[in-house]
Amino acid sequence: MASLANSSAAVAERVAPRRRLGRVLAALEGPQTLGRGPAFWVGFIAVVVLAACFPLVSDGYTVGNAAYFLCWVFMALGLCVIWGYGGALSFGQTAFFGLAGYAYGVITLNVGAADGLTLLALVLAVLMAALLAAVIGYFLFFGRISGVFLGIVTLSITLVFERFMAQTAGPEWHIGVARLNGFNGMSGMPPLTLPWFGQDVALFADTPLYLFVLALLVVVYLGLRLLVNSRFGNVLVAIRENPERATMLGYDIRKYQLGAFVIGSALAGMSGVLYTAWGQYITPSSMGITAAALPIVWVAVGGRQDLTATLVGTLLVLAGFQVLTIYGSQYALVVMGALLVATVLLAPDGLVIGLVRLGGRLSRGGRRP
Amino acid sequence: MGATLFGMLYQVGDAFAFLVLCASGLAVIFGMMGVINLAHGEFIMCGAYVTVSVARIGLPLPLAILCGAAAAGAAGIVIERLVVRRLYGRPLDTIVATWGVSLIAAQGTLILLGPSLPGIGTPLGSVTVGVYSYSTYRLVLMAAAVLLLAGLYLLFNVTRFGLLARATIQVPHMAAALGVDTSLIYSLTFGLGAALAGMTGGLYAPTMTMVPTMGGTFIVEAFVTVVVGGADVFLGTAPAAALLGLVKAGMTSWRGQLFGQIGLLIAVILVIRMLPDGISGKLLRSRG
Repeated sequence: MASLANSSAAVAERVAPRRRLGRVLAALEGPQTLGRGPAFWVGFIAVVVLAACFPLVSDGYTVGNAAYFLCWVFMALGLCVIWGYGGALSFGQTAFFGLAGYAYGVITLNVGAADGLTLLALVLAVLMAALLAAVIGYFLFFGRISGVFLGIVTLSITLVFERFMAQTAGPEWHIGVARLNGFNGMSGMPPLTLPWFGQDVALFADTPLYLFVLALLVVVYLGLRLLVNSRFGNVLVAIRENPERATMLGYDIRKYQLGAFVIGSALAGMSGVLYTAWGQYITPSSMGITAAALPIVWVAVGGRQDLTATLVGTLLVLAGFQVLTIYGSQYALVVMGALLVATVLLAPDGLVIGLVRLGGRLSRGGRRP
Repeated sequence: MGATLFGMLYQVGDAFAFLVLCASGLAVIFGMMGVINLAHGEFIMCGAYVTVSVARIGLPLPLAILCGAAAAGAAGIVIERLVVRRLYGRPLDTIVATWGVSLIAAQGTLILLGPSLPGIGTPLGSVTVGVYSYSTYRLVLMAAAVLLLAGLYLLFNVTRFGLLARATIQVPHMAAALGVDTSLIYSLTFGLGAALAGMTGGLYAPTMTMVPTMGGTFIVEAFVTVVVGGADVFLGTAPAAALLGLVKAGMTSWRGQLFGQIGLLIAVILVIRMLPDGISGKLLRSRG
């Protein structure tokens, strides 16, 4: 009797954490994201572990390059939330990218890099991007402008911002000790540093920065999965599918779209900070029309309606773009443009999502008698 | 006093002409199909390149500009047939696709024709009013903007094409049921928008440096004018260009060209908050 009670208590003890794990997993998956079930998460953990072990088998340059790729993914995920989930297409994510990049440079050049101040600069720069997005988004979404206008107004903002920064060459353009340097851009800001007992760890564009960005990416990815599968995400998708119906059901769609826009723009800002910290420079051309087109290409090609597809697509396109640039840099942009047109015409949901669906259909078809 | 007044009018008129010429092609396409053509700048570049090349062979400038417009219009019809046609009803996808076209066109021009083309000088010299001298060609551009608006008005209100186009804008499937070849109308309208862009490029070609990215100089102004104006060229683009021309000329003479653009942008963001459908949306709603 006693032993039975003991064993059932032991079973309960063993089941409780499993149930808790189940609840966490359930919050991470849902109708708004591809990939669910133990198999997906085992694969996910395996990919993260492999990615974390990558520096062990590779050289510093390649790892730094991989960190460079990962830096961009945040902006892509942010655009995925705004465009893919919220249905509002912003062409000007690079404005927030650039603002946060410059803000990081200005703050760190002024206050230095000691005692984790760079991390504070990261947070402040991302907050500034979010604040700008909130102000612009207020006017755009609360003006209830139609979808196509949001794109061209945000694009205009980033282009004017680029031209503004490009003309700041003179010595009168400085914030504190940080010269803005016009078209040549700012450089020489310190890399991110982690405060560590006794000695700070500087995250140079090598293994340390790679691991830091990878960890940040895992956190952001999981956080966004929680977000889009939450009530907020469901309402957002409802707005994308049918704004009038969502309004009739009592949702203030402006607030939800503004929320998505601010979150997505803050992520673009995070990309800006990480990029600036990675290369220790930022130039106005990172906000130009070519730069502004690239996030659209990544997200459209990957598959804008899913975070995982966007993540995979972004890394694939970035890698492809780099290979192209090595063989003929001037043709890379032509190929990007062609890829964009082809994706929109042939696989409007994105290549990665298209392939996943094709795979699903084939495996289902195979099982049928 | 008169000279100062002329100077101010010249500034505003110049800005007005620039905005009207920039935006009309974009506005025609937007009014017709509800899509924004992001390759607009590249059509302008195409028109400018053709104009300059033809003018250097020896053709007079007005004819060269017409050649530029025709070339851009033909390119527009090709793009419409190949890409835009397949995306009706998906305005966001159309924008993305035309952006792809724009990347290909700008970079393709760079690869094929090199980083710049030798330009042609600004013709017609200058006139002197008071102590300042003004470019005569700029005055011609102002006249061109007014003529363009008048021409478009006549085209849409007097000709058969205009009638069919307006029918297609209002109720496309009804027009189709009545025997209008709506897909041809869409093609022609897109071509018309592109040709207007090409003409703008041709008109401004003598005043600019010929580089593959020159379209970028126009698009911010074109976008903001269309956003403020809304879907109608006459009730929207023209008053929007007048309003924004005033803002731009004021800001430019105060702090320089860049602040003119910044002023435009801020004006647009404020106007959007109050008039989401643009000036023409407001006018049409109060009228109808």
